Amino acid sequence: MNKPMVEEIRDGVDRETIETVQAMAGKYKYGWETDIEMEYAPKGLSEDIVRLISQKNGEPDWMLDWRLAAYRRWLQMEEPRWAMLNYPDIDYQDQYYYAKPKSFAQKPKSLDEVDPKLLATYEKLGIPLKEQAILAGVEAPEGERRVAVDAVFDSVSVGTTFKEELKKAGVIFCPISEAIRDYPELVQKYLGSVVPQSDNFFATLNSAVFSDGSFVYIPPGTRCPMELSTYFRINAENTGQFERTLIICDKGGYVSYLEGCTAPKRDTHQLHAAVVEIVILEDAEVKYSTVQNWYPGDEEGRGGIYNFVTKRADCRGDRAKVMWTQVETGSAITWKYPSCILRGHDSQGEFYSIAIANNAQQADTGTKMIHLGRNTKSRIVSKGISAGRAQNTYRGLVSVHPKATGARNYTQCDSLLIGDKCGAHTVPYIEVRNNSSRCEHEATTSKVDEDQLFYCRSRGMDEEEAVALVVNGFCKEVLQALPMEFAMEAQSLVAISLEGSVG
Amino acid sequence: MALPKAKEDALAARLAVLDLPRGGFTKAARVAAMARLQAMGMPGRRDEYWRYTNPALLSDPHPQPATALRVERPIFTGLDKLRVIFTDGVFDAEASDDLTLAGIEISLLSQADAQDIHWAGAVYGTLEEAGQTPVARPLAALNTAAAREGLLIRVTGKAPKPLHISYRASSDTSDVMLHHCVKVEPGAELVLLETGSAGARANVVMEVDVGQSGRLHHIRPQGRAHGRQMATHLFARIASEALFKSFTLTMNGVMTRNEAVIELNGAESVAHIAGAAVGDGDFHHDDTVFVTHAAPGCESRQVFKKVLKNGATGVFQGKILVKQAAQQTDGYQISQSLLLDGDSQFLAKPELEIYADDVKCSHGSTSGAIDETALFYLQSRGVPKRAAQSLLVLAFLAEAIGEIEDERIAEDIRARLEDWLHRHES
Repeated sequence: MNKPMVEEIRDGVDRETIETVQAMAGKYKYGWETDIEMEYAPKGLSEDIVRLISQKNGEPDWMLDWRLAAYRRWLQMEEPRWAMLNYPDIDYQDQYYYAKPKSFAQKPKSLDEVDPKLLATYEKLGIPLKEQAILAGVEAPEGERRVAVDAVFDSVSVGTTFKEELKKAGVIFCPISEAIRDYPELVQKYLGSVVPQSDNFFATLNSAVFSDGSFVYIPPGTRCPMELSTYFRINAENTGQFERTLIICDKGGYVSYLEGCTAPKRDTHQLHAAVVEIVILEDAEVKYSTVQNWYPGDEEGRGGIYNFVTKRADCRGDRAKVMWTQVETGSAITWKYPSCILRGHDSQGEFYSIAIANNAQQADTGTKMIHLGRNTKSRIVSKGISAGRAQNTYRGLVSVHPKATGARNYTQCDSLLIGDKCGAHTVPYIEVRNNSSRCEHEATTSKVDEDQLFYCRSRGMDEEEAVALVVNGFCKEVLQALPMEFAMEAQSLVAISLEGSVG
Repeated sequence: MALPKAKEDALAARLAVLDLPRGGFTKAARVAAMARLQAMGMPGRRDEYWRYTNPALLSDPHPQPATALRVERPIFTGLDKLRVIFTDGVFDAEASDDLTLAGIEISLLSQADAQDIHWAGAVYGTLEEAGQTPVARPLAALNTAAAREGLLIRVTGKAPKPLHISYRASSDTSDVMLHHCVKVEPGAELVLLETGSAGARANVVMEVDVGQSGRLHHIRPQGRAHGRQMATHLFARIASEALFKSFTLTMNGVMTRNEAVIELNGAESVAHIAGAAVGDGDFHHDDTVFVTHAAPGCESRQVFKKVLKNGATGVFQGKILVKQAAQQTDGYQISQSLLLDGDSQFLAKPELEIYADDVKCSHGSTSGAIDETALFYLQSRGVPKRAAQSLLVLAFLAEAIGEIEDERIAEDIRARLEDWLHRHES
């Protein structure tokens, strides 16, 4: 911790940044686990487990039927293996599909009733669940941005903050389990309308067994008064986390949504298969930002989260807009392709991604831009960084349908290699089916520029700092797309994720 | 792994109409190729590698009849060259030149295969086999097993003039398979021209082994018969400091799939693969390229340009694989299409797979309509619209044609294109 180099830092370098980064040392900052009594459903997956999850959540029959239909479908599906990922077969029967803190036997009515250990967990993660401090003062300190948080711990949502204030604006932000009970008409209308139950192996599995997640509804013409955020935490061992997020942004609405994820260090792999569905109607706009920092496993590739995620936004109305921003630094395996269906005329989709794979991590991630409406626009900026023995793949699709006249796409995928044992791959699919559209795709692969490193070194930085700085510069375009707080977190994450990758 | 029933049936149907040769020096290679083919089956619509091209026309037991162009206008007429002519896949001794040229040994597969030992034994089927991983290329394996004819070319010195393989088709239903082997000995040089439609349907494999500091230029204007179907495979292995350049011009043809599988396995070798394709209407053109950098300091370029109109389809699947040993790699890949109307489509999958860190690799892919501003500018300078359009199309194709080193050859190719554009103006 007290390496002398801290003292040597020159004026140009922010001492605080370095110290923060150092304080976060120990490779994975969120590797601890909370010792909390849990209630598990029996290991394995069967119709009974699906029924049990549904029953635990107090769901209506239509929801159970929906889940069972997904489960039956799943039994007939094959696990996709086309990604450039190498992992042993997953035993789907060797997982717990439901785990919830015992203290939740009776759902707490307010955050005051929540097990303090749980709250402490989130505090440790730096997520303020307790809103009272701010509420008591009526207003947040001037200039400070407020964020409403929904925290999901293993299978259940722990608590959602700022509910009242959001309600005043007409915004619904609650655990999806609650939404199924309280807003069945909305859920029934939109759930599975973007990612159908039969979509893919992992999404179908999620449809059958998802236990909780977040639900957001932004009414017409409403700008959500604050950023919404969900923090996911996998705590229990051998537990799969299957959360489902449904965001509906009605005509002319706007919301910015943040998602963060962490998990403790374990020697065994844990499965995470989430689904995010976003419906965007006319003139509405959704920003979805993710900082994915699941436990990546150790240097030898022991443990770590298998992250198989289906995320899709459907721009149903004209002039709808969606922006995906992701910083993928964690997980042993990342399989994730946030997509945009640009159905409405003049709708827009954007995808900004930083994927960092170090040590034995493998990432296969990218996006799909499906242009269906006229004059639709999409932009893809993907930055892949590989270090150690990691493999990092960008896989993307840009599809312009014959009727999507005047569509425009710009894709840029850059890869950076640090070390000679890692790999960086680019697998784009470009399908243009009319001539009034313009598609451009560019990709480059290079190593960290020696000249830049030399310059940083000559200004007194050590090699690791220099690499972190250069990499942060390489990622700048994406970092800029993130909301402020997230951008700060992401920047230090980039540095931490690459620790030990040089020298 | 057993093949799915549908694939097994398709393969059985395809093999049923073939009379497989026993082979002399190629015997072992043919047996091995047949075993590979049995394991992978014929390509099917659902294979990832055939995502954008329906392989039916190329893998069905019988070709779709295609009216042969009785007279294909000769190309490269001003060039002194040694001509070898195949009509419907059969060597035409009368029309061909005498197969002797200083610095080069030429023999026919059909004649050489009577022998048990031949220099081509080390090449025949070897490069094709190496090219089967990581992606299966069943049509090439089929060719190795079943082809009866082809040229075996060994270049031992600097060939004084180009060797010209000229294909002619006289029948509307011929189904041709040709397998060529080209071995360029260290320091040797050859310009190889390959022209015309070999038959209603043709499956042509060329295995190229370029020795140290050897040079091979390959220029291939493909046949213009409208209905012809063609699958070609070019397998090349390039030794250190050697150079291989291949350029293909495709005009017309309902189905063309040109695969190039290039392995740079000697340090500081160079491979440039380029193609220009122009299609009007019922035209499907697929360029599938796989370049492997297996040694340090190599350079590869892939330049593919397509001009499409009236519902024509252009496909590009290109890959650069850089192995860990291949430091200081310079890899470049560009695929562009110009869509002249709203019915045409361009489908591309440009891939990079990189395991070495000290590399410079880039790829680009664009697709769009003709630049209206450029068109307007030319018109404002008094160039009629159609001529202006042709000019812009030629300018668009220039980068690919620029890959041809011999200016006389490039000029002939350009003239062909201008002629095509003139006929297809509207």
